[in-house]
Amino acid sequence: MVSRPHGGKLIDRTVSSSRRERLLDEARELPRIILNSSLAADVMNIAHGVYSPLEGFMNKEDYEHVLEEMRLSNDLPWTIPIVLDVDKKEISDVKEGDDVALYYNNSPIALLRVEEIYKWDKKRYAFKVFRTIDPEHPGVFKTMKRKEMLVGGPIDLISEIPEPFEKFRLWPKETRILFELKGWKTIAAFQTRNVPHRGHEYVQKAALTFVDGLFINPLVGWKKPGDYKDEVIVEAYQALIKNYYPKDAVVFSVLRMEMRYAGPREAIFHAIVRKNFGATHFIVGRDHAGVGNYYGPYEAWEIFKEFPDLGITPLFVREAFYCKKCGGMVNEKICPHSEKYRIRMSGTKIREMIRRGERPPEYMMRPEVAEVVLRHPNPFV
Amino acid sequence: MSEKVKVEISKELYEKAKKFIEEQGGFNNVEELIEFLLKEILEEEEETPLSEEDEEKVKERLRSLGYI
Repeated sequence: MVSRPHGGKLIDRTVSSSRRERLLDEARELPRIILNSSLAADVMNIAHGVYSPLEGFMNKEDYEHVLEEMRLSNDLPWTIPIVLDVDKKEISDVKEGDDVALYYNNSPIALLRVEEIYKWDKKRYAFKVFRTIDPEHPGVFKTMKRKEMLVGGPIDLISEIPEPFEKFRLWPKETRILFELKGWKTIAAFQTRNVPHRGHEYVQKAALTFVDGLFINPLVGWKKPGDYKDEVIVEAYQALIKNYYPKDAVVFSVLRMEMRYAGPREAIFHAIVRKNFGATHFIVGRDHAGVGNYYGPYEAWEIFKEFPDLGITPLFVREAFYCKKCGGMVNEKICPHSEKYRIRMSGTKIREMIRRGERPPEYMMRPEVAEVVLRHPNPFV
Repeated sequence: MSEKVKVEISKELYEKAKKFIEEQGGFNNVEELIEFLLKEILEEEEETPLSEEDEEKVKERLRSLGYI
């Protein structure tokens, strides 16, 4: 049986077609808040239940609880605040209780009932969520550029945003039915923002050995410079799955959501999101959602101990490497040989090779995957 | 944190729960364990299934995308 949605109910804040036209007309008369692409993605994710049980952007009570306790005010685990930042002048005519229209690309996409307008301390947010205020941290850098006020309240989605990867985009209500149709009772979800190398493949297949199905769910959307472009990730996974995975053991779909690079906190958030898609297990990698040296390599494993009530089982799969003596991909627990025989799967090293136009060796990256990456004149953001 | 109320359980069950926590970990006290178990049961009741029509629409989309 697939996981129950977080909080017990899959949220649906999409508007029926019969109400849509009327609400679109209404929206054009309302005060406007202009969204960037990351916030627009949040609106879509709220409306389609990806962030269940959230029905909108957080009010101050939930915001404070999440920041301080890593839980919503009803005690449900939640680690990353989902907030809508605005300029004072943008909401100068708006008061609590009003409806506003959320605009993206010059069109109204949602209505928001303003329950609360409040200030936030961005440095405090950064320190709590990222555990640093170093502006070199991409999440901190982005946070400090956000606007000075927050608006909380439920949303109603009145217009879907076109998705360039529509063919590969599934919502939780769709994956939940799909997993049921496939007869999967246990599903391991894999979060990624990378082109797959052999280490990723090893981790995914190690998990798949113990569950009915694998749900590969890469993030598309804003990423830091130097990360792979979305289309490269999607094409690379298609090549890998087609050539190296059993046909009925994998579901691949993309999730438009920004990376925060918040390490351990983000690992919990990623697990909650995949629980809403129906996954029963969540693969937590080494330095999950980390960047630079801000988090310890296994801190994202440790934090799961604080959430026995998460409702999705973390799978801590050790980092894989190629051992020349074993003659294959292994991990520390199963390989007795010393470091001199081990070749680590370094994403940085692979990216450097690709930048130089070199094909990574087969023990690092499948040739079909390398082919896809090298075909792109510039595969990086 | 939401407002709390008191409930009573048998001492025998309480002792068993206490022992369970000591052996298994994961909870700080019996209260946490009981809240967790109650939430598990009650949340199951809250889930509302899709209507047949909506479910058919989802299946149609999954078919058109080649997922089934």
